[in-house]
Amino acid sequence: MDHTAGMPLDPRVLDAMLPYFIEKYGNPSSPHSWGNEARKAMEDARAKLLNLIEAKKPEEIFFTSGGTESNNIAIKGVANRNKDKGNHIVTTSIEHMSVINPCKALIKQGFNVTFMPVDKYGVVDLPALEKAITDKTTLVSVMYANGEIGTIQPVKEIGEIVHRKGAFFHVDAVAACGQVPINVQTENIDLMSISSNDMYGPRGVGALYVRMGTRIEPIIQGGGQERGLRSGTENIPGIVGMGKAAEIAKEEMKAEGERLTKLRDRLIKSVLESVPHSFLNGHPTQRLPNNANLRFSFIEGESLILSLDMLGVACSSGSACTSKTLEPSHVLLGIGLKHEEAHGSLLFTLGKQNNEEDVDYAVSALPDIVKRLRAISPLTPKELLT
Amino acid sequence: MYTEKVLDHFRNPRNMGEIPNADGVGTVGNPVCGDLMTIYIKVNDNRLEDIKFKTFGCGAAIATSSMITELAKGKTLEEALKISRGDVADSLGGLPPIKMHCSNLAADGLHAAIQDYLKKKEAHK
Repeated sequence: MDHTAGMPLDPRVLDAMLPYFIEKYGNPSSPHSWGNEARKAMEDARAKLLNLIEAKKPEEIFFTSGGTESNNIAIKGVANRNKDKGNHIVTTSIEHMSVINPCKALIKQGFNVTFMPVDKYGVVDLPALEKAITDKTTLVSVMYANGEIGTIQPVKEIGEIVHRKGAFFHVDAVAACGQVPINVQTENIDLMSISSNDMYGPRGVGALYVRMGTRIEPIIQGGGQERGLRSGTENIPGIVGMGKAAEIAKEEMKAEGERLTKLRDRLIKSVLESVPHSFLNGHPTQRLPNNANLRFSFIEGESLILSLDMLGVACSSGSACTSKTLEPSHVLLGIGLKHEEAHGSLLFTLGKQNNEEDVDYAVSALPDIVKRLRAISPLTPKELLT
Repeated sequence: MYTEKVLDHFRNPRNMGEIPNADGVGTVGNPVCGDLMTIYIKVNDNRLEDIKFKTFGCGAAIATSSMITELAKGKTLEEALKISRGDVADSLGGLPPIKMHCSNLAADGLHAAIQDYLKKKEAHK
């Protein structure tokens, strides 16, 4: 129940990919029939992605090595290309690090970046956003949904504001794409980052949607593949896999989304009812179908993960003790939690393999685990221990 | 990432709890950082007759707390003061490098409890 950390490949995706490792190994840049075969497979995958996100033209979709690279190209590529117009970027305090860190790198180069605060559910304040955009702002980057707390942003409304103010709108949709329906045209999106693995495709491949007319420059130079925006010999098996994953997502999203939403709500409701001093992080309804982020007072998340792991349940936490930096999650701090509250968070991200039985099993184990850790913790009030 | 010994002490912590009329109490760490540990000691004839702990924190924080109670129980105060962070980590078969500093507080907690006892004893003279 830790799908945000990594998703398994859909077996149908693997089947689609396999011929492209040994038999169909052509390079799409070659003019011969092997090259044509690879090029056709790549364009077929591009069309499937176009269909998933309702883009207008296949030329608007660029394959990359994953969500991190897509975010880097979008932010640095638009900021640098539009330097003549302005040097200001607006984003939020709860973006993925692959948005925050490129922004920080741009600050060192002389750009100004505004990191907008969010409310206690993680939602961006629209009037405040509008105020933050100036005539020097060239790019606004807001995630579609937050992979950690699940909160979905009012993307369409944000896009309207951004366009009214004359800036480009980038959306990091890594956590959302494939889970909820997205229409880049009606939702006013100019650039959008997508990851293959977050929709049961292979790792090491992703895509960036760039609406026609968006001013952007490459950050990787080379042989000019992907219409010059992303040079490097194309990862054909990965691209084919991503295309297949997009096709399956498009077909199954509605039914799977409804199924996961039910499971998610069952999980959240049962935990909040069975464990005292437990809370939901993120928005109660405007959230990803697979995301349940909970928090337990007086105890720490890594010890929760270890306890659940012993029972065969995998999940994540925003605790500093599980991070490489020893800092609690910037997302949990961003929604106003105190450090000690952020340490006690536990993140379940459900997927295709999970069913009601899994949810009930994890939920039934939690009260005793929490009780045991609270008995060990000096922070637990005495009356809770009896 | 953790050794079997760490997981064993996390699963079955030794000497967990409080000593109601402890002779010395030491609290180290900070809930803001994610680790807080309190060590309680009972001293008899210059020896640690009993030692208990309560800990908020990760697996390593709980396991090191449990381990220090095993290492220190029955030792003289002088011997107990010599137990280092490194001794605790070694007894657990090692700790992940990132946990060596933040969660390996148990030796400090024990030393703080002994200092507390010595201070109280001094005050009673």
